[in-house]
Amino acid sequence: MSNSSAAQKSVVWDWLTTVDHKKIGIMYFLAGLFFFTIAGIEAMLIRIQLMFPEMAFLGEQTYNEVLTMHGTTMLFLAAMPMFFGFMNFVTPLQIGARDVAFPFVNSLGFWLFLFGGLLLHVSYFTGGAPDAGWTAYAPLSTTSEGQGVDYYILGLQVSGAGTLMSGINFLVTIVNMRAPGMSMMRMPLFTWTTFVTSMLILFAFPALTVGLLLLMLDRTFGGAFFDIGLGGNVVIYQHLFWIFGHPEVYILILPAFGIFSEVISTFAKKRLFGYSAMVFATMIIGFLGFMVWAHHMFTVGMGPVANAIFAVATMAIAVPTGIKIFNWLLTLWGGRIKFTTANLFALAFIPSFVLGGVTGVQLAMSAADYQFHDTYFVVAHFHYVIIGGSVFGIFAATFYWWPKMFGYRLGEGLGKIFFWLFLIGFHLTFFIQHFLGLVGMPRRVASYLDGQGFNEMNLISSLGAFMMAVAFIFLVVNVIVSRKNTTNVTDPWDGRTLEWATTTPVQEFNFAQTPLIRDLDALWYEKMNGNGKIKAAEPLDEIHMPNGSILPIIMSSGLVVASFGVIYEMYLLIALGLLINFGCMFVRSIKEDHGYHIPVSEIKKQGGES
Amino acid sequence: MAQPAHTLPAHPEKATLEGKNKYLGFWFFLGGETVLFASLFGTYLALRGSTADAPGPADLFHLELVFIMTMLLLTSSLTSVFAVISMKKGSFKGMIMWMWLTVALGLGFLGFEIYEFYEYNHLGLGYTSSAFASSFYSLVGTHGAHVTFGIGWIITLLIRYRKAGITLTNASKFYTAVLYWHFIDVVWVFIFTVVYLLGVGA
Repeated sequence: MSNSSAAQKSVVWDWLTTVDHKKIGIMYFLAGLFFFTIAGIEAMLIRIQLMFPEMAFLGEQTYNEVLTMHGTTMLFLAAMPMFFGFMNFVTPLQIGARDVAFPFVNSLGFWLFLFGGLLLHVSYFTGGAPDAGWTAYAPLSTTSEGQGVDYYILGLQVSGAGTLMSGINFLVTIVNMRAPGMSMMRMPLFTWTTFVTSMLILFAFPALTVGLLLLMLDRTFGGAFFDIGLGGNVVIYQHLFWIFGHPEVYILILPAFGIFSEVISTFAKKRLFGYSAMVFATMIIGFLGFMVWAHHMFTVGMGPVANAIFAVATMAIAVPTGIKIFNWLLTLWGGRIKFTTANLFALAFIPSFVLGGVTGVQLAMSAADYQFHDTYFVVAHFHYVIIGGSVFGIFAATFYWWPKMFGYRLGEGLGKIFFWLFLIGFHLTFFIQHFLGLVGMPRRVASYLDGQGFNEMNLISSLGAFMMAVAFIFLVVNVIVSRKNTTNVTDPWDGRTLEWATTTPVQEFNFAQTPLIRDLDALWYEKMNGNGKIKAAEPLDEIHMPNGSILPIIMSSGLVVASFGVIYEMYLLIALGLLINFGCMFVRSIKEDHGYHIPVSEIKKQGGES
Repeated sequence: MAQPAHTLPAHPEKATLEGKNKYLGFWFFLGGETVLFASLFGTYLALRGSTADAPGPADLFHLELVFIMTMLLLTSSLTSVFAVISMKKGSFKGMIMWMWLTVALGLGFLGFEIYEFYEYNHLGLGYTSSAFASSFYSLVGTHGAHVTFGIGWIITLLIRYRKAGITLTNASKFYTAVLYWHFIDVVWVFIFTVVYLLGVGA
């Protein structure tokens, strides 16, 4: 297999074995959308339960399970994978690469994430989902009955391994695979945020791995980490979890920052204001993200000195974030702004996210936090930053990159209905929760009594949630009915960056000839100073491509088998699963797979002239 | 398939883009591993005084045994350096020989570690005895698992490429395996200090 193109394969087999970053990106996005839908339904169940006082819609146990699954799914299985979808699809295109650094590992990362997510959801059918909250604090989690929490531990462990691999893959891709002329300071902002996000993944996820490992050892193997009677200490878990957990929220927001930078500068028809300040602000946010984890633990009793240090560090993050906000505003300033759906989400993000940032600084004041802690004020805060930041970013990117990814444009009319319904629904749901928190409604409760002044605000909040659900239906309808918009999909927004210089659909080798980058906003530079086409950095020659492989799926299923072994304490199953996993690694190691080459005639046939 | 030694570039492990990617990716991976071990060290430090009624560090640790283990592992790191030097000189035979020696020393270390765990268990320190016990076995055991994996990995490479000579494909594989081996060696230096020296001293 070294001199001809891959043999014709069936479509299903092709997608199962693919190592093409574009197909993996699409699979990440669709799987993320699937989990987003599930977690959205869970959110609706929560809001129905809380619509009126003393509702008996869900029951306490089910409420706890739904609440836990909503948070876990949204963060690990919906938001992150959807960003990963865009990162996978777009980043190699933006830096002029033919693929990622490790195509095989990329595929493995995806299947581990998917299988881990599915494993977590099996718990619904085997006697109860995890019920200890998305943070799974010990000893609540170590003493939780049944297997729910075991599914949480193993499901996240498997999908977390996949996330870590993908993070390393992006880092190496961005460092090593940039096209000639694409210096670090010419990289599009989205590529920069992918880079910093991957850095955060690399250094944050192992802490979660250990946190989950300790939970598993305590629950299944009789460890005494969190057993007070044997000298255990439950606060260790909180530290480990938040050493991961706080960088995690920046993992969720930085890619969105990158997306907004692309979208705003494209639709303002201006170069991004303060590019280098944006890059350094991203790095500073990434760095400070590791310095503030204990602000989640102000009320644990760490003492005034620790609280003060973490409070100040937390407030410091507002500075680089503020730099970003002002740079976006100044990018818009004097621009010829187009109000497309993608841009509307970017514009709505700015005030929404600032609101979330303001409450963030409020919460960072450790003395005041004793009052806010564990109330709906916190719920309102993190929904403002995660929906107003991450989810708006995902939707902006969806409308922005959809033509490139799927070959048709989403309808703008339906898109705007979706946007306005979602925006109003979002603020209706969560703005009022600030006040619910301030008057004392605790979070994570399955119900509340009548006559405490919670009724009206909860009802309004639930109505807003319904509005968001209706908005989401408009998005689904849009995806279905817009499929005829197949014209003008190569460069529909008059784009600035390299991904818009590729054909639609993008050829499997991305660029027939590796592009030559002459400035920041490479394509825009050629549009202004050249003939509008990217110059080639090499003569047309045959292209080396990696072979697909089924091993990632087998490896991932091996780990799922081992996970079931741990959950049900069947040691033979653990051994079998690990054997499958390490067996695949062995095969992968001893089999030299040098890929294949696409001959020049084939490239020409696919219209790959540039 | 096997290239004559004199045609190899100065750094065969990162002469190709694939090799360069592996080299950098593996360094990043070790960065993640550092956080993993740091978390386990932190947990151990927080719990090392929590011996409940089970034996504690001072009752168990004997520096003689740990000294031998340390010497075995440090020497194995040295032999793996010699293997890389041989690789860069283009001496395939030398590389293979030094790598086998590395494996042998690693196996010796592992044997002593199994003996050590067996002994402690015998002296009444089960995994479930105390928070100290759990954190000790988890930290040192995770290191031991890494050693085991490393031995399996290097043996696989040695058998797979026993007759291949140094190629641009396998040079990066051997090189990353050696990087990994150094990493477990460095972790052991910290375990020696934080677990054993502090344990005997306190």
